[in-house]
Amino acid sequence: MSFNKELIKGIWKENPVFILVLGMCPVLAVTTSAINGLGMGVATTFVLICSNIVVSIIRSYVPDRVRIPVFIVVIASFVTIVDLTMSGYFRGLYHALGLFIPLIVVNCIILGRAEAFASKKSIPLSIADAVGMGAGFTLALVMLGGVREIFGNGTIFDFSIFGSGFEPVLVMILPPGAFLTLGVLTGVFSAIEKYRSKEWRKYVSQDLGKTAVVRERL
Amino acid sequence: MKEIVKLISVLTVVCVLAGLSLSFVSDATQEARDYQDRLELLSSLNMVLPAHDNEADKDVVEVTGDTYYLAKKDGEVNGIAFITSSDKGYSGLIRVIVGVQPDGEIVSIGILEQKETPGLGSKITEDWFVDQYKGKSLENARWAVKKDSGDFEQISGATISPRAVTGAVQKGLQAYQEDKQEILGGSDVVQ
Repeated sequence: MSFNKELIKGIWKENPVFILVLGMCPVLAVTTSAINGLGMGVATTFVLICSNIVVSIIRSYVPDRVRIPVFIVVIASFVTIVDLTMSGYFRGLYHALGLFIPLIVVNCIILGRAEAFASKKSIPLSIADAVGMGAGFTLALVMLGGVREIFGNGTIFDFSIFGSGFEPVLVMILPPGAFLTLGVLTGVFSAIEKYRSKEWRKYVSQDLGKTAVVRERL
Repeated sequence: MKEIVKLISVLTVVCVLAGLSLSFVSDATQEARDYQDRLELLSSLNMVLPAHDNEADKDVVEVTGDTYYLAKKDGEVNGIAFITSSDKGYSGLIRVIVGVQPDGEIVSIGILEQKETPGLGSKITEDWFVDQYKGKSLENARWAVKKDSGDFEQISGATISPRAVTGAVQKGLQAYQEDKQEILGGSDVVQ
């Protein structure tokens, strides 16, 4: 039960991008296309899972005062492993993301999950947390990249969808487009969340009740 | 005191373990990375050189710090490739590989590396852009973009990137012209 809860919370309820608003640097920088978002999301998820496992294993041996440097060393090591492996076996993806792979080290989601979750919880729960958070992060990056690619380039995953008559809105794949899209998507997310929440339903039903009373009086 | 010793030893152990595992991964992937590097060089050489039957990445002449890759057919040099670059792009270095015939006429060029704005300056990697350099030489073209009354197309919204590429290719051709005697000195050349 708890395992499933940790697994799915990252996708919606505690989505790292739209709800926790963590790791904004890669979110804004690499999402010029859906495929770049996907590659970055998968690479981050891999590092997140590995670092959560290791941090959870060593959690009882690391003194509190040096935990942050230890976490950073662990995270940086896994990022370097991803970098070297991609360079050797996935050259295309390596070139597409090249600049941003080292940036995963400073992604606050990974340090955040190590500090807030993996350093306190068991290994299976930490894995569930990492998988969920990684999936939520990847989903957010693909959505952001998708929207920006559709408007800024007229394509989605490199497939043309508007034909040649479409005039791309260039600003969408330039940095301002990242801020615009992130703002709108975050707004949509919290609007849906608000609508789903109990307070909202209560408010609405109270309101309807009042209307009903007013009608009766009339 | 005792606590400090503990902190130091934990950090040391973690860093040593991290260093060891990284050196292991680096060793394990070294061969694959070298192989990918060579594949990349070979594919870009094949892209810009005329048909040849030697291993161009190993037939190398170095003149005053510049590296020239020689393409040979039946033992005669029929093409030379070199890498040139410009730091006048919109962001970062633009590296261009240029293949020429021995007389200095361009066979083809290819963009090896660029960090121009995606969707704008990055269009310098598209075929229509790089193809316009084919058959051009220092003598038969004006080496500037059309906006600067030259012969090469610019990209609307991004003049800086095409200007940088044109400048880089021109610089490379000039260097080749200067080094030509030395490069081709000992080899048979297709006339």
